[in-house]
Amino acid sequence: MDNETLKARILEIAPDAQQEENKQFLTLLLPAARLHDLAIKLKNSPDLAFDFLFCLSGVDYIKQLAVVYHLRSTQHKHALVIKVKTDDRVNPNFDTVCDVWRTAEFHERETYDMFGIRFNNHPDLRRIFLEEDWKGYPLRKDYIDEVNIVEF
Amino acid sequence: MKEIINLPVSNIEEEEYHINMGPQHPSTHGVLRLLVSLQGEIVKSLKPHCGYIHRGIEKMCEKDTYPQVIHLTDRIDYLSAHINNHAVCLLVEKALEVEVPERVKYIRTIMDELARIQSHQLWWSSFGMDLGGLTCFFYGLRDREMILDIWEETTGSRFLQSYNCPGGVMQDIHPNFQKKVHAFLKTFKKKIKDYDRILSGNVIFENRSQGVGVLSKEDAISYGVTGPSGRGSGWSCDVRKTEPYSMYGQVQFNEVLRYECDTYSRYMVRMQEMHESMNIIEQLIDNIPEGDHSAKMKAVIKLPAGEYFQRVESARGELGLYVVSDGNKTPYRMKFRTPSFSNLSVLDHISRGMKIADLVAIGASLDLVIPDIDR
Repeated sequence: MDNETLKARILEIAPDAQQEENKQFLTLLLPAARLHDLAIKLKNSPDLAFDFLFCLSGVDYIKQLAVVYHLRSTQHKHALVIKVKTDDRVNPNFDTVCDVWRTAEFHERETYDMFGIRFNNHPDLRRIFLEEDWKGYPLRKDYIDEVNIVEF
Repeated sequence: MKEIINLPVSNIEEEEYHINMGPQHPSTHGVLRLLVSLQGEIVKSLKPHCGYIHRGIEKMCEKDTYPQVIHLTDRIDYLSAHINNHAVCLLVEKALEVEVPERVKYIRTIMDELARIQSHQLWWSSFGMDLGGLTCFFYGLRDREMILDIWEETTGSRFLQSYNCPGGVMQDIHPNFQKKVHAFLKTFKKKIKDYDRILSGNVIFENRSQGVGVLSKEDAISYGVTGPSGRGSGWSCDVRKTEPYSMYGQVQFNEVLRYECDTYSRYMVRMQEMHESMNIIEQLIDNIPEGDHSAKMKAVIKLPAGEYFQRVESARGELGLYVVSDGNKTPYRMKFRTPSFSNLSVLDHISRGMKIADLVAIGASLDLVIPDIDR
């Protein structure tokens, strides 16, 4: 499926998705509430069949925190990027997708560890790299660590 | 004495108990801790605990320029150092729309394949050692030495080469390069038959690996298990085929697929991949075109604002590089989607119900490199 058809097809399922500019992949910004619902449909519709989540990353845009999902279909070979954003920096949370793509379980733990983004209904949401008593979330842009980070 | 004899032994057998495998354990190949729940010697579940060598490379990248980032990528998966460098260079060149000279593409592809062979050699060595065959370790390391010597001559370094740079490679190949690669291919083609003689057809080895740690194709895709481990489950996931880069679109090679889905299957994929890699090198080594070893690049590299993604096939699987740029000379956000991280996540799923000794074989067949997990 080429990007135009793909976009039209996804807008059928999620009419409130907005396209973001990206040369490489079709990128859609989605309201956080629709994420889990769309994820199930993306994976289970035979004509979409996005079965491979090949990257899940958190991004701190300072005003907003975002999670970016890179998806690919091993059958149809098309790719898609889904983004969700939130303004809430104190208690940011999204629904988990690890019941849809199992690989998300570890990647979401990493995003929680580094950005403090919580994933609702995640089976085992703990820090993955840092110790349990670590204060703060290192990959946030406002993270300060005077001991370990040397500013030049 | 009588009381000791009458201890209810059977109850102990039925109870579930936990042991820590690692962080210092020879079969985890680095500092990884697996918290294993056992009943008798059957694995009920396991929880990997990572982070012992987490260095915060993604955070460091946000302070470094793109040429500096290349030196950090060496340290992610040190056995695929060339391939990791290659990923950053491809991403920068794609973003700046730089066309690199043909010579560079040849050199990079040959180096990548040498890296793949030496990585698989070390994997084979340690696989044998994990299962109790110490001979493998000496054989594998002996042959790997030849590749390290080739690298030392051309790149100046044996292990962490940082040989690629945006636009090309750091310096031209050494005059002896082609001769030495030919010598290596000739030697290793004979030696790899020994590898098969020692392990592949060995009854003890087959009994310990066949039917152990079965991973279905659906699970491989869902858990994102790429590389030889994914191809051992019959999933065609080779980035060199699906999204060819450098010279991979123009050389003839087969994507190795096996359908038994077990540890033996993953083992055989890697063994055959070494043959395929040698095949690729043979097609390129005598045809390296003359020309510059690098394209002209600006002194300060700034990527236009936007988002970029680059995938390459490292020795362990699909390495994804996601960069958000705000137009500065340092990346705003750099994320490494490393193959070992995803491959580790499936370990719990495929080792349930297996014996603890099988866990060692399964772990070895996934070919985990710990810095690649922790970053």
